[in-house]
Amino acid sequence: MAHDILENSGFAADRKLNIVGTSPIKHDGWDKVTGAAKFSSDLILPGMLVGKILRSPHPHAVIKSIDTSEAEKLAGVKAVVTGADFPKIKEGTPYGDMTRMVMAQEKVYHEGHPVAAVAATSEAVAKKALKLIKVDYEVLPHVIDPVAAMQPDAPILHSYMRTKGATPNDPKVSADRPSNIVERYELGVGDVDAAFKEADVIVERTFDTKPMHQGYIEPQSCVATCSEEGEIELWCCTQAPFVYRDRLSEILKVDGSKIKVQQSELGGGFGGKTAFYAEPVAIQLARKARRPVKITFTRSEVFRGTGPVSGTQSRIKIGCKKDGTITAAEAELIFQTGPYSGSAFTNAPQAMFTRYDLKNVRTVSYEVVSNRPKVASFRAPCVPQVVFGVEGIMSELANKIGMDQIDFRRKNAMADGAKTIYAETFGKIGFIETLEAAKACDHYLSPVPKGQGRGISTGFWFNRGGETSSTLNVAPDGSVTITIGTADVAGSRISISMMVAEELGIPVDKVRAVLADTHQLGFNRVTAGSRTTFSQGVVLVDCARKVIKEMAGRAARIWNVPEEGVEFSNGSFRPAGANVGEFQPLTIADIAKKTTSTEGAIAARSDMNVTGAGPGFGCHIVDVAVDEETGAVEIKRYTVVEDAGKAIHPLQVEGQFQGGAVQGIGWALNEEYIFGEDGKMQNPGFLDYRMPVASDVPNIDTVIVEVPNPRHPFGLRGVGEVPVVPTMAAIANAIGNCIGVRPQSLPMSPPRMLQWIKERDAAK
Amino acid sequence: MKKHHITLNVNGDEYDALVEPQQSLLDVLRDKLMLTGTKEGCATGDCGACSVIVDGVLQCACLMLGVEAQGVHVETIEGMAQGSDLHPLQKAFLEFNGLQCGICTPGVLVAAKALLERNPDPTETEVRYWLAGNLCRCTGYDKLIQSVLIAAKEMRGA
Ligand code: FES
Ligand code: FES
Repeated sequence: MAHDILENSGFAADRKLNIVGTSPIKHDGWDKVTGAAKFSSDLILPGMLVGKILRSPHPHAVIKSIDTSEAEKLAGVKAVVTGADFPKIKEGTPYGDMTRMVMAQEKVYHEGHPVAAVAATSEAVAKKALKLIKVDYEVLPHVIDPVAAMQPDAPILHSYMRTKGATPNDPKVSADRPSNIVERYELGVGDVDAAFKEADVIVERTFDTKPMHQGYIEPQSCVATCSEEGEIELWCCTQAPFVYRDRLSEILKVDGSKIKVQQSELGGGFGGKTAFYAEPVAIQLARKARRPVKITFTRSEVFRGTGPVSGTQSRIKIGCKKDGTITAAEAELIFQTGPYSGSAFTNAPQAMFTRYDLKNVRTVSYEVVSNRPKVASFRAPCVPQVVFGVEGIMSELANKIGMDQIDFRRKNAMADGAKTIYAETFGKIGFIETLEAAKACDHYLSPVPKGQGRGISTGFWFNRGGETSSTLNVAPDGSVTITIGTADVAGSRISISMMVAEELGIPVDKVRAVLADTHQLGFNRVTAGSRTTFSQGVVLVDCARKVIKEMAGRAARIWNVPEEGVEFSNGSFRPAGANVGEFQPLTIADIAKKTTSTEGAIAARSDMNVTGAGPGFGCHIVDVAVDEETGAVEIKRYTVVEDAGKAIHPLQVEGQFQGGAVQGIGWALNEEYIFGEDGKMQNPGFLDYRMPVASDVPNIDTVIVEVPNPRHPFGLRGVGEVPVVPTMAAIANAIGNCIGVRPQSLPMSPPRMLQWIKERDAAK
Repeated sequence: MKKHHITLNVNGDEYDALVEPQQSLLDVLRDKLMLTGTKEGCATGDCGACSVIVDGVLQCACLMLGVEAQGVHVETIEGMAQGSDLHPLQKAFLEFNGLQCGICTPGVLVAAKALLERNPDPTETEVRYWLAGNLCRCTGYDKLIQSVLIAAKEMRGA
């Protein structure tokens, strides 16, 4: 269906705004400061059982047999399930992989891979029952490191796997033999070899980054129930209730109309709650036990059983002329994905250089399986890892040609109408404005304090639109309920309510946003990629406009004038001119009061595949100090400059900038999955997997740039992904300027820093 | 499994519970008393989401056994507001966006309250170190720390 708003958003730069751009209290905040908010593990149902999962102790093994008979006999055990209780779907297909990821069938592929589950009357009984399940494994050689996994003699995870995109020109891959390389992906433009010959300076380096975990504080939890008629209800924390429903329908072979997914409040996701883990297991247990089943992960299960982000290895080369013009860039990138494909690695080659207007680029990327937990999305999936390398080389080149760091990036910056290497032509973009704001900010203008190093980096994210279905209902008192099917990951309900209130000209407290279950709306795509506030803005402003039109019609009929004779402004309907006649203006509430005496319910819905997302760009500036005795890096000052398009709720936009930057600080300085020789994760807890705490970081300064996206009614772009993209690169550049060697590997943790300092001194 | 009977006072109300020996105070609060405002992020004392005040002392509820809670007075997030009158910390968190997803918020608020009771005028550094036991993955801590400082000022009547 064609939607006018996608063609003409109605954006007007000079529109007077009363609500958008202010920072009202979020409506869901009250319940969150009083402990009343219901997060995933807070639901308690009559008759509810506790579900627990048995996990593989081996990183790679064949399951020869599973004997659950003793567990089933234990008093209090109401159901036991294994892979045999799931419909058989062909291996190597998306749903075949998905079902095996939540419950192993033929083989286990990582330590922590689920092999069986029980539902019992208490946690103690459930745990006891797990111990009674006997699994006979044939242990196989494992491989953790993706480069090792790419070698021809590596243990093969899936004998059926052949590399997609294999070409005879690339000896690393072959379409004829089993391989751990899922896919080879090539993307580029221009004549790279010739263009490198034109360069005066070329820098080529290799980099690696480690997997980090999204680190949401709320472990996954869910409650599944099944009616006697076979209708399933699922309560869980998710960024994608509709996607869960559809995937559950596929892997459990149940009609989508019989599965209701209700999202709880979401205690952090950052991409990690876009795929299900315990949910299908809880459902199978509930169907067998005919009672509600709750499964809540421990933190160790979260680390060992849910997606971290991809670790990467990369080789990157960039050449430029003395005047700063980049002539060519090249990259070879390797992404680990865990045992199954699905890392979204193609984002990386598409985004890594995008913001610089390059005419000659060659990239080859590989996605590789190995015996570690399957990766999941995280803010700007796969992009920060490779920007870590790109921006290191950018800084080195600027130093080599003696150009200011920002000026060098400005010289190559994409402007409106720029064409990307993935063949998109940008409309209005704000990268240059972002760089100018960075150059003008107090942090960049002030001298680097003695003993410290400063680094900068830039970043880009596409921002997304996508399928969105919402409704807007006007109550007879003139208050408004909006029903949304996207998740609220950090406060989108208030931002969306604000846009509706602005459009309708009513106070924001008259609008309430409700998180729908999947029975109530059409399909909504996952809440990810900074798509939600953007897409909901388009869809719900469309609803608001429909309601205004409907009410204008009713005002016309009340006044007995033609519809064109009614105009709407500031929340009131008035005669469009003196010739229409003299009538007292009618407010939204006045007409809502006449709901019954006019034509009944005043409501609108809008369902669309939203287009028109505006790309986002950011620039980070950081000062660090390094203690050369301990290797500790201290972040002394940090500034995030980013184009939001329009900050609907500035306090929340700043919060996104700050939160993203601090996650990046953790990734840069400490966070990593550590595996032993035995293929087991050695640090599956917050004590040994160290995320930043309040005393580790300074205040994060923010500069909100606003270059409106004209495809959105209020000019919004999306702000969730970009803040983590430049962080590790900026910090590494700052460290490089402080100690004289720019780290090429993450994390830059104290022992590794000491090693690099030692190597530096030895080379002197 | 043998259960133990305990009585305890939570936010001024007396409760009874039958507790298994391995259950923590956090399990008792959440699963037995159905006071789910106190959150579990790790159950190993590393995230602070379960912060409560036990007989005047800030504690991780996940690190105290339920049977040890016999006769204690516990303050949880549910007891922080007086009726519909929010505590100044709660108000400041709302007004200055000290929370995003809100899962860490109950623990952070209880911990901050314990701080301000012993130190009504903390420096920013003192707040950061006091709250170093409360993980927040959303906010980057900036607005969370500012909210505590604003509430402290408000409570001092400054
Ligand atoms: S749940 Fe108690 S400290 Fe994390
Ligand atoms: S607000 Fe989400 S963890 Fe703190």
